[in-house]
Amino acid sequence: MRRNGPLALIFHTIFVVVMVAPILVVCLVAFTPEGFLSLPTNGFSLRWFRAIANYPEFIHAFWVSLGLGALSSFVALLFAVPAALALARYRFRGRDALAALFLSPLMIPHVVLGIAFLRFFTSAGLGGSFAALIIAHVIIVFPFALRLTLAAATGMDLSLEMAAVSLGANGWTLFRRVTLPLILPGVISGWALAFIQSFDDLTMTVFLAAPGTETLPVRMFLYIQDNIDPLVTSVSACVIAVTMTALILLDRFYGLDRVLAGKGDTGR
Amino acid sequence: MSTAADERNARAPWALTAPALMLFVGVLLIPLAMTVMLSFHDWGQYKGIEPVFILKNWHEIVTDPYYAEMFWRTFRIAILTTLLTALLGAPEAYILNRMDGRWKSIFLLVILGPLLISVVARTLGWALLFGGNNGLVNKLLMSAGVISSPIPFMFTETGMVVALAHVMMPFMVLSVWAALQRLDPQIENAAMSLGAGPLTIIRRIIMPQIMPGVLSGAIIVFSLSASAFATPAIIGGRRLKVAATLAYDEFLNTLNWPLGAAVATLLLAALVLIVVGSNALIERRYAEVFR
Repeated sequence: MRRNGPLALIFHTIFVVVMVAPILVVCLVAFTPEGFLSLPTNGFSLRWFRAIANYPEFIHAFWVSLGLGALSSFVALLFAVPAALALARYRFRGRDALAALFLSPLMIPHVVLGIAFLRFFTSAGLGGSFAALIIAHVIIVFPFALRLTLAAATGMDLSLEMAAVSLGANGWTLFRRVTLPLILPGVISGWALAFIQSFDDLTMTVFLAAPGTETLPVRMFLYIQDNIDPLVTSVSACVIAVTMTALILLDRFYGLDRVLAGKGDTGR
Repeated sequence: MSTAADERNARAPWALTAPALMLFVGVLLIPLAMTVMLSFHDWGQYKGIEPVFILKNWHEIVTDPYYAEMFWRTFRIAILTTLLTALLGAPEAYILNRMDGRWKSIFLLVILGPLLISVVARTLGWALLFGGNNGLVNKLLMSAGVISSPIPFMFTETGMVVALAHVMMPFMVLSVWAALQRLDPQIENAAMSLGAGPLTIIRRIIMPQIMPGVLSGAIIVFSLSASAFATPAIIGGRRLKVAATLAYDEFLNTLNWPLGAAVATLLLAALVLIVVGSNALIERRYAEVFR
């Protein structure tokens, strides 16, 4: 295969720098010792990370986001694992329609979902509640949980299950001792990817969150709307750190390239 | 096989998918239907939402030029973003694909990783880089001699397109990348051995084969850009409205939910039409590539 010419490499360098620059600048400004937005040219300081402690709204929002992400991804898996097993093993009438329905939250703009859920939960008397946030997040992370579980279930060797059945295992034992361990890498990565999607969602959540159930992205967004100061950059740096941790988890269990390669052609 | 086992086999997939199906019907399809219905309800400053069937909101959207301008801005920004990602993302995917294994995976990670990082954090980064007339981007461009006077990025469509293109770029690179994986490198060598120059190879061999990838990437980028909320809201500020930010305002500031629902329904309908329509066109045009 032919090599890239110098012109191509210059283009590539600029491209990568531009892709990284906005994320890098946020992380750098977070370490500024100054009282205003500036790059940390006079040494690094943690003062803006300490400043988060004086702003309990951010800390509360962080716990809401963490709990919401962990819980909604778990609940989504409770629904997604059986559905993935059915889609992987059976060819039945309506299978394609079901798969399309389950992946549809990827196609529907999150602003439309936010509006639909706001209307729905308000009429159900659950407006602004944590329960409403959980249910809404289960829907938007479901496709991610389903896709990775489905990939694991499709690649599974069915003869292992047959062997277990011939040895007398059935029902719940079969699932818990044979099937689940075999698809576990897919399930865990599905959980991690779902967690990231929930943890990062702003567009839908901004419609549903009320004071007390504001998630971190919502709190950050409302804060930025008023003013941008170094505090919000240090909070962003923490968010980026949490996402990176989940990314490493994903990479360990599944391979990031597979996760991302699956994401691009999602449901199209 | 006995008929009892057949029957169990026919029922099993439905039993396994039933919980998820009920969840989706109960908390996705019903809320969406309620939203469409909401767009036909009446609303008044003092009376609130009145559950009647009228076309008032739809009439307002169709006749008031404010909405036409807002939708046109939304789609203009989405189209420009799509063009920018295609023009830069497709060559980058091609360059990436020709790199050595180790570098390839490192840079693929660097370019695709941001996909999973909070959109608020990434847009905040652009707000910092743009930062008024003497922001970092303007300083860089001026010292490089590309521009002579600062370009206003904050609160402009230019800034929105640049930041959105950054947010959407991974989708385009991924899509073209996937198309490049299907490409047989021997064809390039064959063209070279027949005397084709690098430009001819790109124009006659590579371009036609990655075009489906570029187009399907374009559909993803377009539909996500047209419904984007965080980036237009932060970069565009309160005055430069797009469909998603306008719907947000109607719902949470003006509290005219029926009108907001009508804007959202129209956005959803337009996107579904555009996405389904262009998918069908691409599949017909490039049927042989997808086989």
